[in-house]
Amino acid sequence: MKDATLSGLFWLPPAPEDFFEQCEVLERSPGPLGRRLRALASTALDENRLNRLAKVVAALHAAPGALDPLTPFRLGISSNATTHFLVPALIATAARYGFALECIEGGFDQTLQDASDPGSPINRARPDAVLVALDHHGLHLRAEPGDEPSEEASVIGAIAHIDAIRRGFSGNCGAACIVQTLARPVEPWFGSFDAVLPGTPRRLVDGFNRRLAERIRGSADLLLDAAAVAESVGLAEWHDPTLWNIGKVAFSSTYLALYAEAVCRLVAAFRGRSRRCLVLDLDNTLWGGVIGDDGLSDIVLGQGDPTGEAFLQVQRAALALRQRGIALAVCSKNEDEIARAPFRNHPEMLLREDHFAAFRANWEDKASNLRAIAGALSLGLESLVFLDDNPVERGLVRELLPEVAVPELPDDPALYARTLLSAGYFEAIAFSAEDRGRADAYRDNTHREALRESASSIEDYLRSLKTVVDFRPFDPVGRGRIAQLIAKSNQFNLTTRRYSEAEVARMEGDPSRFTLQVRVADVFGDSGMVCVVICVREGDDWRIDTWLMSCRVLGRMVEEAVLGELVRHAREGGVRRLLGTYLPTDRNQLVEDHYGRLGFALLERNESGASHWALAVDKYTPRELPLSVSRSRDLASQPSAPGSAR
Amino acid sequence: MEDAILARLTGIFREVFGERSLSLSRETKASDIKGWDSLSHITLMLSVQRAFRVRLSAAETSQLKDVGALADLLSAKLERS
Repeated sequence: MKDATLSGLFWLPPAPEDFFEQCEVLERSPGPLGRRLRALASTALDENRLNRLAKVVAALHAAPGALDPLTPFRLGISSNATTHFLVPALIATAARYGFALECIEGGFDQTLQDASDPGSPINRARPDAVLVALDHHGLHLRAEPGDEPSEEASVIGAIAHIDAIRRGFSGNCGAACIVQTLARPVEPWFGSFDAVLPGTPRRLVDGFNRRLAERIRGSADLLLDAAAVAESVGLAEWHDPTLWNIGKVAFSSTYLALYAEAVCRLVAAFRGRSRRCLVLDLDNTLWGGVIGDDGLSDIVLGQGDPTGEAFLQVQRAALALRQRGIALAVCSKNEDEIARAPFRNHPEMLLREDHFAAFRANWEDKASNLRAIAGALSLGLESLVFLDDNPVERGLVRELLPEVAVPELPDDPALYARTLLSAGYFEAIAFSAEDRGRADAYRDNTHREALRESASSIEDYLRSLKTVVDFRPFDPVGRGRIAQLIAKSNQFNLTTRRYSEAEVARMEGDPSRFTLQVRVADVFGDSGMVCVVICVREGDDWRIDTWLMSCRVLGRMVEEAVLGELVRHAREGGVRRLLGTYLPTDRNQLVEDHYGRLGFALLERNESGASHWALAVDKYTPRELPLSVSRSRDLASQPSAPGSAR
Repeated sequence: MEDAILARLTGIFREVFGERSLSLSRETKASDIKGWDSLSHITLMLSVQRAFRVRLSAAETSQLKDVGALADLLSAKLERS
């Protein structure tokens, strides 16, 4: 019953035969059930199965802890169409991405009221984000053939309407808006001339979509490209006039699962859950044939042969991902030397050894190798995607390491690249200069690891890295990356408090806060901004509201350097104590004893595992660290300077 | 033919209403099934259309008085195709 189409989510394994029985079992089972729900949600579900799974989730919402370790997320939905059918699809799909989703529906066709009335159900619910799901029926784009000024005015008017909705939600509940583009109409008016003549429905929709994307760029809100989803399946399939007439349903329900995927990928990216590393099998995944048996001259790869070209496309897709910051790794059952030979000596290979952050070719099982790769890259298993043509290996990894995403691959290698990219594992909501160099940074990190193994002591090793730690207060230049780190950091994050870019901007120069953005560079390269700290002044104390760090610089004593910097400024500001808090999540156990390790005294630890710590500033003796510090002059003008604090 | 359609409909109804023990007869009406309201009727009709590969108009789906009428409609559509 495998549905090999986009609407059938063909990269996911098929739903189990006994899906409905499993749902009943889950409803009767004691919690926490988050992991089992997620596993069931990670199969290709059609509308009926999405509905059924959503019922299970809804029933478990009432029981405290039953959905653990899924992360709660509240989504407002404001639309001019019927949202009734969206809700269960979104709830079930969100479980696939590790969220226990709760939806708050607005009034039917009352988007502006939902947004601008502080007492509207959505605003009162204080959601984490609001899906603004308007389609062309809900915007007053007036078609006027040949009238360019009215086309312009109509598009500007529709954008102003969207702006008002975004302002409303932002002001009344502070949630980020997820605003969707409009799917083009199917029915032609003039024909191909619709693309040429101003004022046609097609030009209005195109103009609106382009302008909407420009408005969203650099804002705290997100764009859902519903138009792209519709085009990927075909507009005549997407728009269903019967369904609109019967129930004001915005698009054919065949695509509910695909639409919900697009929304949930955005939510996952918004919460920093997108995947970060692509792990590749070699034989029959990157080239045709088995290198150990067929040898360099007989593996199938390269132009002139349809199969050889298909594998080139896989390599091209991997390189394109690398270019946008996704680390690449190899995990193959092979002799290391033999596995490396094509990368070194095959003229048609696009991928080279230098592109990989980790290379594991041996006879251990793939689950162990994937674990080792995650370890070497300081990534969690939930950051990995594993591409392998062998269904047995895929099944094994899914069974042993359910956190790793493993796409189903069709038999034809020509579809491998499309499968990998359609699955949306690497959804992003921003792209920065750091992202551009990130794949190199992962690779450099594994080189550092190699040096660490050869150094006689950790201190010697760290000294040989010639690490420079650079401290600056929050500023407009760093703002985007600061907001990105705040949105994405999960593991080394003491409180996991999320702040939007606008909120970060407000902290710049705020006299009640002391902020740090920390960059790290060494002989192997520039790691860029890796750490963010926000302190809030409370009387004579600084409460450390946020302390997060990229795991790439773990074990480099950067934490110690940051603490030294905090103490130095606290002293200058006449601060008595630094107060630290650890709030546990399912991802940040790594830093449970962060403050303890740094010499803070434990004040209290409550039942949920949250702990509070204090460090007396005048009792702290700075340590000699195997790194050097640079700081910008602006730091001195922060509120810590004597006199400027309250 | 009729029985075969009823059997397929039973499978579809079970999935749509998430009720594995649900059984159907030609006389079954919306009021006999928990959760069969105007919204789930849309989901039901879409599932039926997908399963039988037929297209039903708004007028056709809104006039059905019971499962028998739906089975007859499908049977007529299938004969024509």
